[in-house]
Amino acid sequence: MRDERNSGGWGRRVIVLVPYLWLAIFFLAPFVIVLKISLSQSVLAQPPYTPVLDLTAGWQGLKTFAAQLSLDSFGLLASDSLYLLSYFKSLQVAAVSTVLLFALGYPIAYGMARAPKAWQPMLVLAVVLPFWTSFLIRIYAWINILQRDGLLNDVLMRLHIIDTPAAWLSSDTAIYIGMVYSYLPFMVLPLYASLEKIDESLLEAASDLGCPAWKAFWLVTFPLSLPGVAAGALLSFIPIVGEFVIPDLLGGSESQMIGQTLWIEFFSNRDWPVASAIAIALLGLLLVPILFYERLQLRSLEGGRA
Amino acid sequence: MKRGPSPFNIVSVALGLAFLYLPIVILVLYSFNASRLVTVWGGWSLVWYRELLNDAAILSAAWISFRVAFLSATAATVLGTLAAVSLTRMGRFRGRLLFSGMVYAPLVMPEVITGLSLLLLFVALNTDRGFWTVVIAHTTLTTCFVTVIVQARLIGFDRSLEEAAMDLGCPPFRTFMTITLPLIAPAIAAGWMLAFSLSLDDLVIASFTTGPGATTLPIRIYSEVRLGVKPEINAICTIIIAIVALGTVISSLMTKRGASQREQAALGAQV
Amino acid sequence: MATGGADQGTGGSAPLIRFEAVSKRFGAVAAVETLTLDIAQGEFFALLGPSGCGKTTLLRMLAGFETPSEGRIFLGGEDIVPVPPHRRPVNMMFQSYALFPHLTVEGNIVFGLRQENIGREEIAARVAEMLDLTRLQGFGGRKIHQLSGGQRQRVALARSLIKRPRVLLLDEPLAALDKKLRAETQFELMELQRKLGTTFVIVTHDQEEAMIVADRIAVMNQGRLMQVATPTEIYEQPNSRWVADFIGEVTIIEGRTTAPGAVDSALGPLAVADSAIGPGKRLWLALRPEKISMSGHRPAGEKNAVAGTIFEIGYRGETSAYKVRLADGSLMKVSVVNVNARGRAPYAEGDAVWLSWPPDAGIVLTG
Repeated sequence: MRDERNSGGWGRRVIVLVPYLWLAIFFLAPFVIVLKISLSQSVLAQPPYTPVLDLTAGWQGLKTFAAQLSLDSFGLLASDSLYLLSYFKSLQVAAVSTVLLFALGYPIAYGMARAPKAWQPMLVLAVVLPFWTSFLIRIYAWINILQRDGLLNDVLMRLHIIDTPAAWLSSDTAIYIGMVYSYLPFMVLPLYASLEKIDESLLEAASDLGCPAWKAFWLVTFPLSLPGVAAGALLSFIPIVGEFVIPDLLGGSESQMIGQTLWIEFFSNRDWPVASAIAIALLGLLLVPILFYERLQLRSLEGGRA
Repeated sequence: MKRGPSPFNIVSVALGLAFLYLPIVILVLYSFNASRLVTVWGGWSLVWYRELLNDAAILSAAWISFRVAFLSATAATVLGTLAAVSLTRMGRFRGRLLFSGMVYAPLVMPEVITGLSLLLLFVALNTDRGFWTVVIAHTTLTTCFVTVIVQARLIGFDRSLEEAAMDLGCPPFRTFMTITLPLIAPAIAAGWMLAFSLSLDDLVIASFTTGPGATTLPIRIYSEVRLGVKPEINAICTIIIAIVALGTVISSLMTKRGASQREQAALGAQV
Repeated sequence: MATGGADQGTGGSAPLIRFEAVSKRFGAVAAVETLTLDIAQGEFFALLGPSGCGKTTLLRMLAGFETPSEGRIFLGGEDIVPVPPHRRPVNMMFQSYALFPHLTVEGNIVFGLRQENIGREEIAARVAEMLDLTRLQGFGGRKIHQLSGGQRQRVALARSLIKRPRVLLLDEPLAALDKKLRAETQFELMELQRKLGTTFVIVTHDQEEAMIVADRIAVMNQGRLMQVATPTEIYEQPNSRWVADFIGEVTIIEGRTTAPGAVDSALGPLAVADSAIGPGKRLWLALRPEKISMSGHRPAGEKNAVAGTIFEIGYRGETSAYKVRLADGSLMKVSVVNVNARGRAPYAEGDAVWLSWPPDAGIVLTG
């Protein structure tokens, strides 16, 4: 009997510890390292930053290490308008995209929730399937369509809507199309999940109490779908701020989003400290929405466990 | 919500689906286009598929991607299921808040941040970057997606089945393995598939954490795409789409058949 | 004898609600079959029947959530079938209460009033009145999930009644309550209905509840009306074996008339009060268990007396339900009030007893 209980306890600990340790090592710890690198200076060496923490040098080594840390990279971010503009542009693109996603995603999710029950799993699958067939491929497909000698211009010219091929690519419009296209499932699925849960008798009650259909939607359905709206909005907004691929492939060169800036600093300029500083600043910017999302997730977890 | 769809609802869903699938359909069609140009239809042809077979770089990148995806999906499924069980069944253990924070954060974290941080970790640890670092990175990224799917299923799971098993003398661990696990298996499978396709698809994190000789397919495609549209890419994309679509349909059919059999059994028991 | 199918006893004045040859089909299944029914103004009316009898469908057609496949429904003389639910002067109390989880108690109660053009003072006055009436004073600011089952039920009631509907529909409103609370609430509902004078239509599968609260009951089976009458009439004068069997406990004896007031049956010759039926006709005698007397010896002077042995005793506190096996093998149900102190049973299983009843105790049924 005692053995069983012990092994039970031991087993339970293992179940929690395995993913815990993995995430602590490969997710949490790296952030500390990024912070440290952001406080370092770029150097033509391998690794391309200094100082390097040398634990064998003991306490003295630690002190010299600390002395060499600097806020230069952060100073650069604050002073050079390139970075500030990138952050601003990213927030702007993310906000507008999220609004577009909401405007397009809500009717789709609502339509799915009102479909006959037997059809709904298929509709969910249909919405999810493109998402599983490779993000890069689908952006690439849009390049096909949007390029100068691409399909969109071809169709528009045949319909005599335009005379010469327009430049759809390399523009903000293309970025928005790409964002909406890629993140639509992230908006639709949480919305659908919360809409589908709404008990039909609540709408009947609203109707019984005098609400025509549109009012019942606005007073009952919409408020009850707000958790889904919040989840969908956060699942779109936060990652879009840091997006790289879409603006890189579909966007123009006039302005950059912060994901592109980070990429260039790291891969082209080989300036690891500045890239790290960009990452830390971006994390700080997104901290509040991320915490909000965590709270939403925890609340739904608790609600489910009750 | 049941009342039946209005015309507006039907149109929204139809247009939404058309918007989602149109680029894919076009891509697939043009992979069979004999002409190089997108605006000219040169007739049906498999020429690009033949070119593809000769393109060793793309083929080796595809092979690497599949292996990375397979390994990382499997690892992520194990970790993700453990995490889901921890969050739903282990009560309030110490550090649960931090744990849930770490589990859900990758869902929203911009990939450039996670990619950069993982790379810096590998550099600090002095590990050679290549195949295995990408596998580790993808595992870390996709675990949270598996967790969310499995957790949702565990929450909706009828606990009285587990209680009945334990009442009949089955210890908790065995109950989990013989009762719970089989019934949540479809969710675990769905999690694996999602992790697989996310890994297969990932560009940013792979770019940060890869090394010489471990060029994944997205990295390869990305570098080609920057030079302009190449029809062979349409071909490889179509193949990937076909594989994923087939896999999804098969797994959903299997799930549906399994579920309806189980449902009928449960209903029979109720009567 | 009451007949089923046609409406009964709305008392001369025009009925408030009239179902005229209403049918409702779901695919191939007919939930309601050519039903005609009148409900009077100010009545507490019950729709009673087993699951699937169509009572809920009928209620939902009155609320407007289902449309009849055939027939018309009149409210105050007006055909309401084309009127959508949000414009009918009818309000419903849902079985699940359907309270809005994102609104407070007051938010829920006021919801319906906000859809009408009523001034703020009027709303405040009605809310105060309703909270008083349903004993929910002080609960206005609470959220729904903080309330007990009984409290939620009262919020649902308040929410419907505050609109002063012409008809209040109640869909199995007391099903979720425990026995004691149910009894209290039944009484409260009756009081409320009397005070307000609103027509209440309640759907229930609990016979006792229907008989306690309702002025008249419509007993339904498989989409048709079996009998529409007052509770007393339905219990004491059922119009068919089905109704006699559905309501309360009963023993049914088959027989054939021999002479006026005399019936021949498997239990021997029996005397009945009804002499209107001609000789040689097949009929059934329905006996309610409380109308039968049980004694240890043959009672003198009783025309209806049979001997048997006690097969089973079901103790119910106030009464005991005896099942007595008779000579022909059939079982007769007898109900006896437990008058003896400390529950000393007058008889035990296996005892030989005599059962007797007066001629007018037996209900004569031809169908």
